[in-house]
Amino acid sequence: MLRVDVAKRLGAFTLEVAFASEGRVTGLFGASGAGKTSLVSMIAGLVTPDRGTIAIDGDVLDDSTQHLHIPAHRRRIGYVFQDARLFPHLDVRKNLDYGRRMNGLARDPAQEERVTGLLNIGHLLDRRTGSLSGGERQRVALGRALLARPRLLLLDEPLGSLDQERKAEILPYLTRLRDEVGIPMVYVSHDPDELRLLASQVAVLKGGRIVSFGGTDVLPA
Amino acid sequence: MFDISPTEWTAVLLSLRVAVVATLVATPIGIGVAWLLARGRFWGKPLFDALIYLPLVLPPVVTGYLLLLLLGRRGLVGAWLADHLGIVFAFRWTGAALACGVMSFPLLVRPIRLSIEAIDRRLEQAASTLGASPWKVFFTVTLPLALPGILAGMVLGFAKAIGEFGATITFVSNIPGETQTISSAIYSLIQTPDGDTAALRLVIVSVVIATAALVACEVFAWRATQRLHGH
Repeated sequence: MLRVDVAKRLGAFTLEVAFASEGRVTGLFGASGAGKTSLVSMIAGLVTPDRGTIAIDGDVLDDSTQHLHIPAHRRRIGYVFQDARLFPHLDVRKNLDYGRRMNGLARDPAQEERVTGLLNIGHLLDRRTGSLSGGERQRVALGRALLARPRLLLLDEPLGSLDQERKAEILPYLTRLRDEVGIPMVYVSHDPDELRLLASQVAVLKGGRIVSFGGTDVLPA
Repeated sequence: MFDISPTEWTAVLLSLRVAVVATLVATPIGIGVAWLLARGRFWGKPLFDALIYLPLVLPPVVTGYLLLLLLGRRGLVGAWLADHLGIVFAFRWTGAALACGVMSFPLLVRPIRLSIEAIDRRLEQAASTLGASPWKVFFTVTLPLALPGILAGMVLGFAKAIGEFGATITFVSNIPGETQTISSAIYSLIQTPDGDTAALRLVIVSVVIATAALVACEVFAWRATQRLHGH
């Protein structure tokens, strides 16, 4: 279970959000500027909230009253960015292996094969990242986050920079991910259709506040 | 004409040794300083910045004299180093390397600093969400991405070190076999009657070394940049 109750001032904008989600995929819906990325960055530990708490399954990651802030690299929270952010100096195989190496985990060929199979990126392993298409980059970014074995996966508009055709190419991989990999996810999007397809619970964000929270029926038609 | 004498060879080899040692010792320090200048936020940063670039704008003889005052056998730090650690820079080739290192430091630091500033910090964030501690982020993302700048800085620093004259001759004098580099050898030769041919030979050698360094710099930087764009 993910429990968030935080406030953060960002210039003239104030984010003040509280929710607890139990579902496999929690959707964060809102227009750009609603505070979605700021919220996800706080969950990831990249941004420290001014006040409040963040906890996963009772494990407290942020607590302003205790001056507790677990840094991003010790949270075991995967983050898939809109712009993939693959390491340009490493090939696809080394990008995928990065999280395992940084966490000092043992090699797990079965898991590697499952993830590369699930995302259909096995044929890209020896490629340099510069030669990948937008859809391929995003699939590699997903694989890279999964192979670091996170306990929660944050997906910040993973389809945001792709055209309709590419979106249609990636969406099936995301549903497979949800159904076959047992990692809870927070999925950020400004597209209600995407969230209807993927999310089990949805928080609607507007001007830095949650205006409604519930099933996919809280999404606008 | 191209019969290089043993004394001239000694000067050429000494110059190479001085410049290589100066560059290798200055590079890790230069990377640290470049990182501080690019990323650090601390009190007195503009002053620190100015101090690093000072050898570039001061007359070399001033830098050499300051080194002598500071690190000479009776200098403030030099006396202590000699008495307690047995380290002497004055009139030794190590002193020449130190003078060259100090003089080339601004040229070494600048490209490294620029390349660190140009790094997309969002890649470092991505690395930290994958479990990399700040040190691991530095060694696995920041440093490899700054590589073209580091190579460019090293080559520029090396080229400057091999041609350094003013600070070196002021600090460690012009002793054949110990502190006489190509530059000071050329200087001595053109002060000597009939030294012109020998001076010209050394001039050609230094032109060759400098050109080779610049070509190497271009090639390294081009390769590293290609790699960084994911090709």
